[in-house]
Amino acid sequence: MIKVEGLTKRYARNIAVDNISFEVEKGQIVGFLGPNGAGKTTTMRVLTCFMPPTSGSASVAGFDVQQSPMEVKRRIGYLPETPPLYPDMEVAEYLDFVGRIKGIPTADLPKRINDVAEKCAIGDVKKKLLGKLSKGYRQRVGLAQAILHNPDVLILDEPTSGLDPHQIIETRDLIKGLAGDHTIILSTHILPEVEQICGKVIIIAKGKLVATDSVENLTSRLRGSETVAIEVIPQDGSAPPANVQSRLEQVAGVSRVIHKESKDGRLHFTVESLEGRHIRPGLARAVIESGWNLNELHGMALSLEEIFLELTASHKPEAAEALKEAAAEAPAEPSAEEESK
Amino acid sequence: MNTFTICNKEMQSYFRSPIAYTVIALWALVGGFFFYFGLSFFVQRSMESAMQGQAFPMDINEWIVRPLLSNVNVVALFLIPMITMRLFAEEKRSGTIELLMTSPINDIEIVLGKWLAAVGLYSIMLGVSVLHMAILFRYGQPDWRPLAVGYLGLLLQGACLLSIGTFISTCTSNQIVAGAIGFAVSLLLFVLNWVSEFGSSVTDRVIGYLSVQAHFESFSKGVLDSKDIVFYVTMIILGLFLTSRSLESVRWRA
Repeated sequence: MIKVEGLTKRYARNIAVDNISFEVEKGQIVGFLGPNGAGKTTTMRVLTCFMPPTSGSASVAGFDVQQSPMEVKRRIGYLPETPPLYPDMEVAEYLDFVGRIKGIPTADLPKRINDVAEKCAIGDVKKKLLGKLSKGYRQRVGLAQAILHNPDVLILDEPTSGLDPHQIIETRDLIKGLAGDHTIILSTHILPEVEQICGKVIIIAKGKLVATDSVENLTSRLRGSETVAIEVIPQDGSAPPANVQSRLEQVAGVSRVIHKESKDGRLHFTVESLEGRHIRPGLARAVIESGWNLNELHGMALSLEEIFLELTASHKPEAAEALKEAAAEAPAEPSAEEESK
Repeated sequence: MNTFTICNKEMQSYFRSPIAYTVIALWALVGGFFFYFGLSFFVQRSMESAMQGQAFPMDINEWIVRPLLSNVNVVALFLIPMITMRLFAEEKRSGTIELLMTSPINDIEIVLGKWLAAVGLYSIMLGVSVLHMAILFRYGQPDWRPLAVGYLGLLLQGACLLSIGTFISTCTSNQIVAGAIGFAVSLLLFVLNWVSEFGSSVTDRVIGYLSVQAHFESFSKGVLDSKDIVFYVTMIILGLFLTSRSLESVRWRA
């Protein structure tokens, strides 16, 4: 459905997208993952015919974005990062206007508007001014605008950014609901979002393609080894940290034990497992059998930063650097932790 | 069809915001002031001439319509940048330009639609001043033909400056900047003919020829000169052409 080959976009001084190639099958939901400034928006803007590529080609449904932009535009629904809304228009008027410039026959328009209003749950604000809508509603109207002409391909640039957790869940459900009829590309810098919605992931950093893989493969790659945080209180307070550490290292499947800190007789360790080994039961048994108190034992989620670093480390060191910086800004995702437990 | 959709949207936007009302109100106020003084002056002079025993009444076209057209022409010059400054600057700032440019419509349809909306608002503005003329027809017998030609001139000159203002609006995402540059360029185009008043070299005459005001003079006299119509139409096409090229460059630079 979507084919991108050797796509490069150069601005005056810097390269925003550097020789990216990927393909998206019909009906797939693809997550476009990368830190801010990685080139996600630029790639999307090329696909939507907003800007031409410097070199390389992109095609949607067999139509090249440069040769036949009209055909591509007819088949694409696009939600930019900020929904393109006119604040002085009412929701229904806005959808009517969008419908007209998208080339929907006037006779079908009212029905289409009602359909998308229902799908996106904006029926109750139809008569409201766009400028007065809350962020969540604005995003939903933006989505309604994108699917109004029933396009084959949906391109959504950070559809959940700036929404509250409740709205994020609603928007994700809405996108999942659209999956059957549309091929969807959505960009995000939130990994769990990709896991929940997408079938395939394209990871880019600093304009370069870092990985293209299915979500299953990606997660199994990442979840191969386990990191566990453990807090031990030696009962008599006499066992030195080194003893505890060496005991933990003897547990089957443990690859590394790092002593984090000791405070009031409580010892904190981070334990990493070998690939594919469950070490938590063994750790618990080792602590109890040594006569120590096990105060805490929990699996640690790989942070977004670590995941990115892991994926990018083998590719480009400078890309990994950029990811580290960007990921540090990214908010911690509670759902990531839940899932890894 | 798409042109009409865009035009309709822009027109509604003018009337939803204070822009349309401000422009029309200012026009009515300042234009009405000029009309009032033109009329008072005329009444006084014609009373004097009647007392001096001159048989024929003074020519309304000569004494009221012509100076009035020249005066309101200057008022229009001030208001035109207010009409055009938001056309593209606003869309660029708010990001809605992405919606327009990723929709299956031609750039030229976007440009034409927006320009037509601007011309539409300008025409409505001109329409308000027709009220003044109605008063003249109620109490006097002005000749309607030079009046119509004068209004055609106002419309053509306005449409020409509006197309240039539209072009300037595509160059920035800041409305104030678009408005300021639009005003400066309009003013320059207006007074360029001063050059040819002092010098008579070929360069001076060519520069003078580019003045929109110079071409308005024949209209205000009630003379329909094809040379002036051609000038305005050419300038309109130039303005719209520059707008669509500039819009295309937004794609490359964005």
